[in-house]
Amino acid sequence: MDKSPLRVGLFVTCLVDLMRPSVGFAAVKLLEDAGCKVFVPEQTCCGQPAYNSGDRANAKALARQTMAAFKDCDWVVAPSGSCAGMLAKHYPELFADEPDAAREANVFAAKCRELVSFLTDTLGVTSVASSYEGVATYHDSCSGLRELGIHDQPRKLLGTVKGLSLVELTDADVCCGFGGTFAAKYGELSGAIVTKKCANIVSTEADTLLAGDLGCLMNMAGRLAREGRKVKVRHVAEVLAGMTDDPPIGQGQ
Amino acid sequence: MTVHVTTPRFKLNVHEALGDPRLQRAMSHAGNLVPRRASAAERLPEFEALRDSARDIKNHTLAHLDLYLEAYEKRVTEAGGHVHWARDAEEARQIFLKLCAERGAKRVTKGKSMISEEIGLNEALEAQGIEAIETDLGEYIIQLRHEAPSHIIAPAIHVTRDDVEADFRKFHTHLPADRDLTKPETLLAEAREILRQKFLSADIGVTGANFLIAETGTSIIVTNEGNGDLTQILPKVHVVVASLEKIVPTLDDAAQLLRVLARSATGQDMSVYTTLSTGPRRPQDPDGPQEYHVILLDNGRSSMLGTEFADMLRCIRCGACMNHCPVYQAVGGHAYGWVYPGPMGAVLTPSLIGVKEGGQLPNASTFCGRCESVCPMRIPLPKMMRHWREREFERHLEPAAVRYGLGIWAFFARRPALYRFAANLGMRAMALVGRKKGRFAWAPLASGWTQARDLPAPQGATFQAQWRARSGALR
Repeated sequence: MDKSPLRVGLFVTCLVDLMRPSVGFAAVKLLEDAGCKVFVPEQTCCGQPAYNSGDRANAKALARQTMAAFKDCDWVVAPSGSCAGMLAKHYPELFADEPDAAREANVFAAKCRELVSFLTDTLGVTSVASSYEGVATYHDSCSGLRELGIHDQPRKLLGTVKGLSLVELTDADVCCGFGGTFAAKYGELSGAIVTKKCANIVSTEADTLLAGDLGCLMNMAGRLAREGRKVKVRHVAEVLAGMTDDPPIGQGQ
Repeated sequence: MTVHVTTPRFKLNVHEALGDPRLQRAMSHAGNLVPRRASAAERLPEFEALRDSARDIKNHTLAHLDLYLEAYEKRVTEAGGHVHWARDAEEARQIFLKLCAERGAKRVTKGKSMISEEIGLNEALEAQGIEAIETDLGEYIIQLRHEAPSHIIAPAIHVTRDDVEADFRKFHTHLPADRDLTKPETLLAEAREILRQKFLSADIGVTGANFLIAETGTSIIVTNEGNGDLTQILPKVHVVVASLEKIVPTLDDAAQLLRVLARSATGQDMSVYTTLSTGPRRPQDPDGPQEYHVILLDNGRSSMLGTEFADMLRCIRCGACMNHCPVYQAVGGHAYGWVYPGPMGAVLTPSLIGVKEGGQLPNASTFCGRCESVCPMRIPLPKMMRHWREREFERHLEPAAVRYGLGIWAFFARRPALYRFAANLGMRAMALVGRKKGRFAWAPLASGWTQARDLPAPQGATFQAQWRARSGALR
């Protein structure tokens, strides 16, 4: 049997790269703890903002760039259901009108995974060795939930974090109102949706909010901060990796 | 005469809807159907398989739409009815007005019909001095209020019980002022009493159709109040107004679609009344109309066939997409600005009134995908909204700021080395400014974001810069 470690390319996502590198390092730790060799090829964005804005030309250019950057990896893993969904589900759709590129996109898509589900479903990870003192609630980000079927996986792993208790969030499967450029283009509407989400978060009385997508987390953290709530907002990878020394999202030093 | 369109001012509609406490109070119950649909789907083990089957039935029908429409017309005619083909709303109105004029009709009762909304039938009748009376309770309420439906199956979902009481007291002035109208049942009884007199004196009854059956020439309506039956049975003339994609090949096909329709719509196994009509009254029938007409409306639908929007023609108007939509739940149906709200409206509106007028709607979506996950016909709603955004982008219809912003971003994203350098510089600067609070209450070019929430500050150097520094060089 081949004992050489899996070559995993970390698609860190532009939001994590720019806004919260600590999530990227948490992902690296989780992958390395599970025995993977992690590579970080030079990368920018998966192209989703262009794709969802109707700009197929730029979306395709960025998709080609991303596929080329990760061509030597066995797996491509992203700490985001939204970006992983773009790579795994939408690249083939994007190139549906170009048979050669579509074939390539299909092969690429087949090796793309979201971080937590990759740990549980592909690598068979059943527990983590971290601890976190607190009561957390978990928001199911839309793309991860509905495009990739991520629901039980993070809950199972969070259940093995020492000191952490998990309470379910009412309407956990309802969108937080982020929606990428939607939050900026329809700020008022997005604000109304995230306000409703935050009311549900606050009513759980959890001290920590977790999710698997930084966009949604920044949206909810931004609204909770605006309301003066004390809920700590973190990416699920930070807690699973036991890397919670940095201030929570939207909190100062 | 056309239905008034406010879709281009969608953002203003949203602003008004969010600032309307009565509407917000009414819409706080809009999610009530979500658990009902979920438990109805759960109770039926074959529900998911039925969705596949429903999708396949409609796909097959649409692929042979011409054949089935011809067969349908033949059967309707054989049963003694008449089919009138209407290319657009204007033709449909003229056909209807001609039917009224030829029969000297002065009063028309109506079962619930979104197609009659689409063609602006009530306004057209009113202009000719013909009284149109909505007989569905919700439709009756909004007709009193001079409003359009805000939901395709629950037209008065935006109205609270208090509003209805106030409206009834205002319009039903012949009834005792001290009557008790505090319960929904008493409101219903009052509306029923008033409508009963209208049913008996109507010259023409209009209904929509949930399905048209090619095999038998039958039209099917489903209702929960029984008003549709009285509308179509009591007057001398029954006119069905329906769009051409309502056709299905056989009664058996319709039976399968009915099994997903009510479950998806209200969580009922079946609606209370499922009424089949085939032609006018036959000699041996105890009741029924003397004349039976069908006005078949195209209004842009046939041009959707063979395009990336063809899947939308599978829609059976259950309303599940809007019941599950966070945008719809926040603002209600009127904000969408035309006839069809919610995700199905966001796809259909640009198809029927043009992307220039309707383009706001497919943009105003987070692509959360909840609509597609509950659509009984498995219509890929977000995907089609994205196709509309592509059409807009091709035609340069999106706001200039969005196009330039996207262009600048793409310029950097397509140049990884430059991106890495600029991003690291930018994030470090932003982090320096935002370090203390960890967030910004205001940021340049981000007013859309910061009007309702703070913008979390970046941590500092980018991940890629830190990773490179840590591991020496990337391989």
